[in-house]
Amino acid sequence: MKWKIGDRVQTRNAYGEALLELGRRRKDVAVLDSDLQRSNMTYGFGQENPERFFDMGIAEADMVCTAAGMAATGLTVFATSFAMFVPGRAYDQIRLQLGYGQENVKIVGVSAGLTQGPDGATHQSLDDVGLTRMLPGLTVLVPADATEAYKAVLASAEVNGPVYIRLGRYSTPVIFDEDYQFEIGAVPVMREGEDVVIYATGIMTAIALETADILSGQGLEASVLNIPTLKPWKTAPILDAATGKRLAVTMEEHWISGGLGSAVAETLVEVEGTPRLLRFGVRDVFGQSATADELLEHYELTPGHLASQIMESLNG
Amino acid sequence: MVDELKLAELEATARELRYHVVRMMGANKPHHFGGSLSIVELVTALYFYKMRYDPSDPRWDGRDRFVMSKGHTVPTQYVALAKLGVLPMEELPRLKTLGSILQGHPNACMTPGLEACTGSLGQGLSFANGIAMAARIRGLDIRVYCLLGDGELHEGQVWEAAMSTSTHNLDHLCAMVDRNGLKSQGVVDDAKQLEPLAQKWQAFGWHTITVDGHDLRQICDALDEAETVKGKPTMIVAKTVKGKGIPFMEGQFQFHNAPITEEQWEEAMRVFAGEEVAA
Repeated sequence: MKWKIGDRVQTRNAYGEALLELGRRRKDVAVLDSDLQRSNMTYGFGQENPERFFDMGIAEADMVCTAAGMAATGLTVFATSFAMFVPGRAYDQIRLQLGYGQENVKIVGVSAGLTQGPDGATHQSLDDVGLTRMLPGLTVLVPADATEAYKAVLASAEVNGPVYIRLGRYSTPVIFDEDYQFEIGAVPVMREGEDVVIYATGIMTAIALETADILSGQGLEASVLNIPTLKPWKTAPILDAATGKRLAVTMEEHWISGGLGSAVAETLVEVEGTPRLLRFGVRDVFGQSATADELLEHYELTPGHLASQIMESLNG
Repeated sequence: MVDELKLAELEATARELRYHVVRMMGANKPHHFGGSLSIVELVTALYFYKMRYDPSDPRWDGRDRFVMSKGHTVPTQYVALAKLGVLPMEELPRLKTLGSILQGHPNACMTPGLEACTGSLGQGLSFANGIAMAARIRGLDIRVYCLLGDGELHEGQVWEAAMSTSTHNLDHLCAMVDRNGLKSQGVVDDAKQLEPLAQKWQAFGWHTITVDGHDLRQICDALDEAETVKGKPTMIVAKTVKGKGIPFMEGQFQFHNAPITEEQWEEAMRVFAGEEVAA
């Protein structure tokens, strides 16, 4: 057992652990970083496998294309930087080499989202899921905790094609135990309730579960679905869970355009009789410097804020 | 070393490729005439002199790789691959038409013989580095070639990649720049000055050789020399003429990507009149 339920662990740590495992298990796995290996937790892999690890310098566009060339020559390559830079800075390269070219590269965007924290808006990627989700042929994974992140990284290595994995540096509670069977495209139902359905992704899944507890205390029962796979997107589990609910809610640490909120909206709007949708995330503004917890509070992404907005929406 | 007999054969091949480039592009359709014609000898020397390549097995793991970083001039590579039999000759006239495997810019998933998707300029050298790095990890003894445009050198990523190639001592990698001096809208150096170009590459840790990019002997000699250089990559700066071989196109940036009239096409085809070129 690597992590216990309730431990607070950053998903980037799980990435480091999973890479060590992959490095020992498979000799065809290589890892690239762009001068953030101690932050992105690729450092350990580099220590154990110096011939298969490269610090590409502060050159993310070059890193992505180098990874593509390595993949075209038979390796499975993890190319890592802050989510701000991959996909952000290297979007054109990801589009051409991984989307169009379908090279077997895993782009790992670390320190994603608002909870990047004190570095401020320049380093808080709030568009990375939207960017990658638009590209044909990509798989997009947003793990909710360390256990899911660990399993998602291992699963991505088994996919013969491009994957984007979004990871964070926020100490988020572990919600899955070791027996959890992660499967790309599967939608774990974390909790069932008859009034509201909450779709959550990344660190917001743990927050959604706490939100559901508060709602329950107020007499509102919520289903909570964890959405680790943003692409390929399956509509059936989304629609099934929405059936008969008074309200649908999305929660993500991302701009409310382009990511989970958009994906759920696109799904619900095509089917008659689906519930009204509330999208929670960062609205049409940039973040700012503060601690991660201060930012979640400021942008009203804490269980208390979320529960009261949901109740207000239903009762108001 | 290239002998006289081989040289004559290569020169004939280059003329044949040039003929097919003009023929396939035809009249009244926008095509990248200028840059496709300036690289004919470079592509000829790679496929028909230097590269270890088995046309019957274009995915052979032990093949030398050629990354066409200046993706817009892939038509010349299509013609070379068709001559080798990797692509069907009859596909050539379908260039850039609906349903054809010959896209306007390289798609390695779709077209046999291509190594990388390019077309957004600046990406190919990084990709070529990746091939060379993976080959080293896997113990594959291959050489990697990459052809860049001189306008493409305006892209900053090229120089990121250039630093990587020399940092990792990728001496199995040989790049070439098609130094025709013209980009889409005019003179390359008027927008961002490349000169002194060879010295720039030297400063980035590369061995450089400057050649006349239409002189097959010089190109072949340079490719041979590159193979003997240990510990650093080689850049061949090939001085070329945009639109080479078709007099009214030579040195004219207007034919970078433009249609030609029926009359112009006939005039271009007259360059090859009376020659025995494969139909």
